[in-house]
Amino acid sequence: MTLAVILSTLDATIRLSTPLLLACLAGLYSERSGVFDIGLEGKMLAAAFAAAAVAAVSGSMWLGLAAGMTVSLGTALLQGLAAITLKGNQLIAGVAINMLAAGLTTFLGQTWFRQGGRTPALGPGERFEPVTLPLARELSGVPILGPIYADLVSGHYVLVYIAFIMVPVTAYVLYRTRFGLRVRAVGENPKAVDTAGISVTLMRYQAVIITGLLCGIAGAYFSIAQGSGFGNNMTAGKGYIALAALIFAKWKPVPAMFTCLLFGFLDALQIRLQSARLPVIGEVPVQAIQALPYVLTVVLLAGFIGKAVGPKAGGVAYTKER
Amino acid sequence: MSTGEDTNAQRPDTAAASPPASQWAIELEKINKRFGEVHANKDIDLKVERGTIHGIVGENGAGKSTLMSILYGFYTADSGTIKVDGQERRITDSRHALALGIGMVHQHFMLVDNFTVLENVVLGVEDSAFIAPSLKRARGELDRIEHEYNLEVDPDAVIEDISVGQQQRVEILKALYRGAQTLILDEPTGVLTPNEAADLFRVLETLREQGKTIILITHKLREIMAITDNVSVMRQGEMVRTLKTSETNPEELAELMVGRRVLLRVDKAQAQPGKTLLEVKNLVVADDLGVVRVKDVSFSVRAGEIVGIAGVSGNGQSELLEAVSGMRDQRSGTVVMNGRELELKGDDGAARARLAGLAHVPEDRQRMGLVTNFQEWENAILGYQDRPEFGAGMFLDIQAAQREAEARIAQFDIRPASFRLKTANFSGGNQQKIVLAREMERNPDVLVVGQPTRGVDIGAIEFIHNEIIRMRDAGKAILLVSVELDEIRSLADRILVMFDGRIVGEADPATASEGELGLMMAGVTNGDAAGTEARP
Repeated sequence: MTLAVILSTLDATIRLSTPLLLACLAGLYSERSGVFDIGLEGKMLAAAFAAAAVAAVSGSMWLGLAAGMTVSLGTALLQGLAAITLKGNQLIAGVAINMLAAGLTTFLGQTWFRQGGRTPALGPGERFEPVTLPLARELSGVPILGPIYADLVSGHYVLVYIAFIMVPVTAYVLYRTRFGLRVRAVGENPKAVDTAGISVTLMRYQAVIITGLLCGIAGAYFSIAQGSGFGNNMTAGKGYIALAALIFAKWKPVPAMFTCLLFGFLDALQIRLQSARLPVIGEVPVQAIQALPYVLTVVLLAGFIGKAVGPKAGGVAYTKER
Repeated sequence: MSTGEDTNAQRPDTAAASPPASQWAIELEKINKRFGEVHANKDIDLKVERGTIHGIVGENGAGKSTLMSILYGFYTADSGTIKVDGQERRITDSRHALALGIGMVHQHFMLVDNFTVLENVVLGVEDSAFIAPSLKRARGELDRIEHEYNLEVDPDAVIEDISVGQQQRVEILKALYRGAQTLILDEPTGVLTPNEAADLFRVLETLREQGKTIILITHKLREIMAITDNVSVMRQGEMVRTLKTSETNPEELAELMVGRRVLLRVDKAQAQPGKTLLEVKNLVVADDLGVVRVKDVSFSVRAGEIVGIAGVSGNGQSELLEAVSGMRDQRSGTVVMNGRELELKGDDGAARARLAGLAHVPEDRQRMGLVTNFQEWENAILGYQDRPEFGAGMFLDIQAAQREAEARIAQFDIRPASFRLKTANFSGGNQQKIVLAREMERNPDVLVVGQPTRGVDIGAIEFIHNEIIRMRDAGKAILLVSVELDEIRSLADRILVMFDGRIVGEADPATASEGELGLMMAGVTNGDAAGTEARP
């Protein structure tokens, strides 16, 4: 394997990990506050659609991103209303969001744009372009480090950098700030938080708002960065994989990043393997290879983490008891 | 409501500086609170003198916790006034109560298990958006408080790693750090060993010396007599009377609590033990996580005697009970009844144990003893529904079951006397009677009872204790497990103390002092601390 092949696989790994990472960190806030979020997928899908639609109509990727984040935030608040205020079942609230997003995006897409549920292809200025970091071209001649900097570190969408910067930011917020302390506390023992004179409801809404915003960025990444336009069900279960990554990382930000990179790597490998002929087996059916990351997700979750103990109060709406 | 910035009043130094304006730390007048149909607090008046320890006693459901939750701002009263230091206040939430210098140590600790002591202390009273300065200040402040009141705790320890007694100290530290002048403790000794309880009382006395006011909610009259200055008795949502502790006695308090004369001491004759009915040999039991909780335990129970197993909750008693009654598979060891080894392994172990004549009153009646969504009559035959008297084949003789339930209701004075009522709607004491009636009336040879009076009113306790004695006198072998040391001491003919999965000592209830038992319960054994083979 040459350096170029390795670099291009790793490059793809970063691109494919980014939405997972954003969604995973999004879920981390919500779940750490005690609201289980199976609706990451739906929020991303809704955001992807809104971002592409607004970008296509307005001609601005930034307005597209804002629209994606707004729609995802609205969806998150709807889910929050059901799960926090109305004390509904959190799983069902999430599933409802996913189904709503799957149906509504296709329906609105078809109604508005009449392209089989797709949004129009985006041109320059309507979608994000890769950013070339300073000196990338100049340094590309330096052996080994040059290409790593030029091809691997440089040349990504700005959203990719945002995603990876969010990792230390999240770790800092969670472990070093008052907000983080309270979020962690409210997911473990909401009654302790309540008796300390802090509103459980308010804390959980704040966490869910962050979840909505991050999911919005993740969704926009699909349609106006990685892709150029929205396609039916374009998030393809990535929200669930992000959720799996979150559990695998035991709800911690830095392990979450590595887990998302691992899942991204599996995805990149899968793409590379599609054209390859393996010894003995010969050409493996594309579908089998495509299934690989998902199969590995199940294997990892089942076999490697042991018992994942999540936030203790997760999944349960808080009610003051008599 | 403020969401983030903390008011100055919550700083410990400023709260401590407020001048005492009144002889009364707390005055409650005509407090009313309803929860739907239930009138939990009716026109309650209460005055708590500054610098005293004021006890509040009452049965379960008397309204003590509700009253304190109102004072602490967890609930708001429907009507009535609250005065703190002589000034009328409206306490709308816990933050507000804290700002007025009222702190509470809840029965179930309000701690975040995976946080450190320090993190728990600053939670809710952080100085700024970043926690590092708060943690630093708290560390210094805790150090001062710990020295002042002799409350030692490692500030960097994680809550789930420290003992229950230590966790309680963290709760007290939390309240003091928030500048509490009045400290409410809700059933503080329920989870402590006698020695830990003694430590707690020493701390409370120090607090009183420093001028703090303490409100102690408990149902243990002995504690009231030992430490309080004044005591208020509540019954069925009403304040019955407030007395000086030095001018009353436990009998009077019990009578005020229940509303009739109660016999506090169990009246029983000397045991007449016969042949050995239950023998447990080298029992080893693991919990759901595979941790061995019962380590090579052996003992025997004879006909006509009550063997009590004392110990602090969580030292393997639950697993022992579950194994002996066939609910949990033992790793090794045997349970022998009437000379025959019981085959307890497998899912139907409990059924086989019952068939062999071993009845079981589980520790947790709501989780294991009853299906609370069932009507009373259904629970009255649960576990015995396959008996021929309740029907043949796959059909249930509902009439027979209901007749049975009706008879037991009359015999055990279960109230309300309605076998169609959903079991969840009975009070704790009556639920316990349903379980006891079911298990005792099958005429078992051996009765295994766990926590027979947990969450049960004094009146019902008396009844239940007498029923257990009656079973003993009828020549049954009774194994009693309870974390209430008083209960063990008054019922058992022989006491075995369990610590860390082992029987660490045996004692004669007639001669063993509470101190001796307490040491054993804490795992301190020195050869002669354990009683000898004391048999009549």
